[in-house]
Amino acid sequence: MKCAGIDIGSRTIEFVMIKAGRIIKSRQLDTGFDPIVQAKKILQGVKYDHIMATGYGRNLFKTVFKDAGTVTEIKAHAKGVRADIPDARTILDIGGQDSKAIALNENGRVKKFEMNDRCAAGTGKFLEIMAKNLGFSIDKFGLAALKAEKDLDINSMCTVFAESEVTSLIARGADRKEIARGLHTSVVKRAAGMISRVSSKGPIVFSGGVAKNPCIRELISQRLGRKIFIPQKPQMIGALGAALILEEQIPLQTALVGHRPHTLG
Amino acid sequence: MSDEYGPMWKELGLDCKAHDALLGVLGSAYKDIYLAQKNRPEGMGYFDFVMKEIHGLRIKELLDEKKQGRKIIGSYCVFVPEEIVLAASATLIGLCSGADFAVEEVEKYLPRNTCALIKSAFGFKLGQVCPYLETADMVVGENTCDGKKKAYESFGSLVDNLYVMDLPQMKSKKGQNLLRAEYDRFKTAVETLTGIPITPDTLKAAIKTVNAKRSAIHRLSMLRKADPAPISGLDALLANQVFFYDNPARFTESVNKICDELEKRVKANQGVAPGKTPRILFSGCPMAVPNWKLPWIVETSGAVIVGEESCVGERGVRNLTDDQGTTLNELMDAITDRYFKIDCAIFTPNENRLEHIMDMAKSYKADGVIHYGLQFCQPYIMESIPVEKALEENDIPCLRIETDYGMEDVEQIKTRVQAFIEQLQD
Repeated sequence: MKCAGIDIGSRTIEFVMIKAGRIIKSRQLDTGFDPIVQAKKILQGVKYDHIMATGYGRNLFKTVFKDAGTVTEIKAHAKGVRADIPDARTILDIGGQDSKAIALNENGRVKKFEMNDRCAAGTGKFLEIMAKNLGFSIDKFGLAALKAEKDLDINSMCTVFAESEVTSLIARGADRKEIARGLHTSVVKRAAGMISRVSSKGPIVFSGGVAKNPCIRELISQRLGRKIFIPQKPQMIGALGAALILEEQIPLQTALVGHRPHTLG
Repeated sequence: MSDEYGPMWKELGLDCKAHDALLGVLGSAYKDIYLAQKNRPEGMGYFDFVMKEIHGLRIKELLDEKKQGRKIIGSYCVFVPEEIVLAASATLIGLCSGADFAVEEVEKYLPRNTCALIKSAFGFKLGQVCPYLETADMVVGENTCDGKKKAYESFGSLVDNLYVMDLPQMKSKKGQNLLRAEYDRFKTAVETLTGIPITPDTLKAAIKTVNAKRSAIHRLSMLRKADPAPISGLDALLANQVFFYDNPARFTESVNKICDELEKRVKANQGVAPGKTPRILFSGCPMAVPNWKLPWIVETSGAVIVGEESCVGERGVRNLTDDQGTTLNELMDAITDRYFKIDCAIFTPNENRLEHIMDMAKSYKADGVIHYGLQFCQPYIMESIPVEKALEENDIPCLRIETDYGMEDVEQIKTRVQAFIEQLQD
């Protein structure tokens, strides 16, 4: 039986297909402005028995793919992270438009979680806009910030206000690497606060697209004095978790019915 | 504009076009949120009718009362004693504050970061869309939070019949004396308005009427302890909301009728959702009509709400007033005792509220608590942190939600609520 998970995020869509707990296919696409068109594209040519959707587009997906199950990104990330790192107890996920901190109990169940409010403050989108303002590609942004020797204080967490703060810093001739570092610090402060509210000690598993940013990783670890682990494919964690939850939910019997075995009757 | 009530609304000075728009939105929200529910008790038909006629027949009834010389008093808070109002042959009505209206106009009077409930009260006045407010002979404002206290200073310029009631902030003897003194002052003001002196007999009778109304809600609440829950949280909330609008005797009768039906359901092990559906207790800010956003999200996400620790709910109706006194002094003392127990977050310290939340979580067999804080409502949002901490120490999961009347955060809240429900199911 092949179980698929699809994670429809605000920036990217990930697809993972598993068989008996092992990944047999994974794909990624930009979400663009029409998530359903992109979801259909990512599913082209793959054959799965069942599918489970997660991410902010999960309910939309179900309106088109009626047989799909849905699960929140919180549970999906918990499951996906534990598959990769079985003793994980604290998860930080920073995606395109939301960020969350999740504490797990020893069995891997969600014990407590925190999510950002309705705005994009402290998320991938914030970093993306700021990188663009400072003339960095998103891949180089974190590396550049790491090279700065000091932070420039950025007080605004609101993307719009932070943009004007950055504009005035540029006008004052500030070093763009230091501004970059300041922006990273502001994201980290917020993430660290969220983590501390759900869990006080132990290593942190960092998933989602922003986990690829080396400066954010470094600063969080420094600020909290806790080790940071990154899953092998941090952006695939949600889709993987959804597929694994689905595989667990489908009892063997249903799987057999799905195969329609011949009977003597 | 309804042909039937159009002239009445016009006479009340409502902005008919805006009012039509409001009723249109209210009607479709009611259809989508309430009428779309499955397994509703038949007795809810009465409340469907009340909601349909909330600005129609009920207003006509109040205007008829006025024609016969009865006075109508409007209030924004559960600290205003209905007993005193009824004893002077007047009618008490809860005023509209559960939807955004005329927001730009409101922001000429109030800072943007004022809670939605206060803004709404202004919006209904400035938009001229609340027939209750326009019907009222006296509007009672009360010094609860700083937001309301200061807002009434501006509100006084918009209505010509505002009466401000002071309230204590500490549960001390001094505080209780202040409340008693304020209730005496209110009693005199109501008597002056109606020209009818309150006697021990009329006050006793009024206490009985209001107690009966509360007892009916207590009975409803008891029935919600059953698993499967016999009634949805949305429907029970509606009963608690209509508590503030309806004729007391008719309300009591209608709630009791629903309870008869629910008793049969409980005996037959029938519920509005299957047994073992995750059970949620709400705690926090009041939800005034038509603020159904959060319960709607919760109950369409696979959980059932079994209780509300709220002014529109158990905090508002918890205790009965002792009616054993024989003198005015004794009865006024009893009224003061009863209202002084309300554990509103304006009090400091407010430990009783914590105990009540814990008790309710246990007795309603809640799997988790959702703390509902209206954005910018400092007292409840501040308390949400110790509430969460105390619940977690007792292994009761808690989700804190902070929101307003806008719909733009529905998807984000849905994700959080659904994740919380998944957490409870695991």
